[in-house]
Amino acid sequence: MPETLKLQINFSGGAELLFDKIKKHNIELPSVRKYLPDSKAEKWTIRELLVWIKGNLLKERPELFLQGDSVRPGILVLINDADWELFGELEYELQQNDNIMFISTLHGG
Amino acid sequence: MPVLCKTGCGKNAVLKRPKTGDVLCKDCFFWAFETEIHYTIIKGNLFKSGDAVAVAASGGKDSTVLAHVLKTLNERYDYGLNLMLLSIDEGITGYRDDSLETVKRNRDDYEMSLKILSYKDLYGWTMDEIVEQIGRKNNCTFCGVFRRQALDRGAAMLNVKCIATGHNADDIAETVLMNILRGDIARLKRCTAISTGSEGTIPRVKPLKYTYEKEIVMYAHYKKLVYFSTECIFAPNAYRGHARALLKDLEKIRPSCIMDIIYSGETMAVKEDVSLPSQRTCSRCKFVSSQEVCKACVLLEGLNKGLPKLGIGKSSKAKRMLDEYHAKQQMSIDELNKEFQANNCIAKGKTCRSGGCKSNGLISNDCQGNKNKNEHLNEKANEMLTVYLLPDDECIVNGISPTDNDQENFEEIACEGSCGGGSISIAF
Repeated sequence: MPETLKLQINFSGGAELLFDKIKKHNIELPSVRKYLPDSKAEKWTIRELLVWIKGNLLKERPELFLQGDSVRPGILVLINDADWELFGELEYELQQNDNIMFISTLHGG
Repeated sequence: MPVLCKTGCGKNAVLKRPKTGDVLCKDCFFWAFETEIHYTIIKGNLFKSGDAVAVAASGGKDSTVLAHVLKTLNERYDYGLNLMLLSIDEGITGYRDDSLETVKRNRDDYEMSLKILSYKDLYGWTMDEIVEQIGRKNNCTFCGVFRRQALDRGAAMLNVKCIATGHNADDIAETVLMNILRGDIARLKRCTAISTGSEGTIPRVKPLKYTYEKEIVMYAHYKKLVYFSTECIFAPNAYRGHARALLKDLEKIRPSCIMDIIYSGETMAVKEDVSLPSQRTCSRCKFVSSQEVCKACVLLEGLNKGLPKLGIGKSSKAKRMLDEYHAKQQMSIDELNKEFQANNCIAKGKTCRSGGCKSNGLISNDCQGNKNKNEHLNEKANEMLTVYLLPDDECIVNGISPTDNDQENFEEIACEGSCGGGSISIAF
């Protein structure tokens, strides 16, 4: 198993405004034990990914993206283009080359 | 681990519907989504064959999906509608100018005609200019009031039977909550109506009334519809923001709460002995109003007089402003008198010379800059001040008091940003 986990992260629907207006990010995650030594997590799930995003991608107003240990209600999460509610939401275990998309529903209509 | 579509079609599910809890594949979701809107249209009797219908288009997700779905259903079920797009350009640089580009793309994609009306043309002021006068605190009041009337004017110009707006289920539930939080019984009573409009006005219909925001966004995503998503650059409405956050938190725990709030709003009855304002037409612009002079005219009058807070601020402040205004007016009258004596000439030019008047002839075309008119305006301003003074209470967060009902469903069209789902949507 490779050391790092490659993912594509996408932001849209206005969520990208919190990320320097960049919609597409190709990222490589180190081993979760290295990145979060104090956490009990053995593998990367969406929960740990959100911590990583906060520390590495999120540029402004974190309260508009995160609430508690999850995303702010009203931000949709798609795992490989399907609703994360089908895959256990925060508990979903990330796989190599997964595509994770965050779409805000909270912007203009 | 893929989950199979609940319908048994054999494909993998792509989403869980908040409304029903069903897990569906893309195609079954499209079918359910469109068919529900079709039933909403049929059950609510929203359109008649041959109707010309204006889709209030902001370029945002709701109006983009609305235009797409109406076009699809019109063809699929042979509604016989003549659909067109109607957009309002508030004149907000960096916001509306960009979103109008999206609307133009909708026009090309959906092959519908597009009419754009600007605040500048209708009222003589852009929102940028209004904000320069009023600051960033109450600008949403101007924007919301003007937009509603602008849509009516646009619809009248297009000669349509009705205006379809992109209000979704979340917007309506939020508006029910807002009206409860403000004690605004008149709006509470009508805000859940699928079709609104009293005699003599062009009805507004909400085909997406029972459609969840999440599903609208997922539909737009899977259909790859192009929409514009950015916050309005002016101040968001804090009170509405709290209502929205509450609703979203509740939805996370129990998604049906949105439909339940709408149901509560629809079935709630107002006691018979509660007096509600009756609707009439504005004596100045002839559009619908619950007062002698409608809110749009009062706000415009204030702007044109250099008293932008006339329809908004606290009474004490407004009185002081008006006193100062009177003093200034007196000075200009004296000057005019002197000039008159010197030149012995009335109405030499065609333009207004009273100062401070920016009338463009569309609404306040009564200003001609002679001294009698000035006095007349003073009286009018005084009169309006007594009629429109708002209580100095907390509810005026957005310049709307519980007794101020002249703009029907104003809140629903308030601001589209976080200030209100707006709403035409312009979705409005």
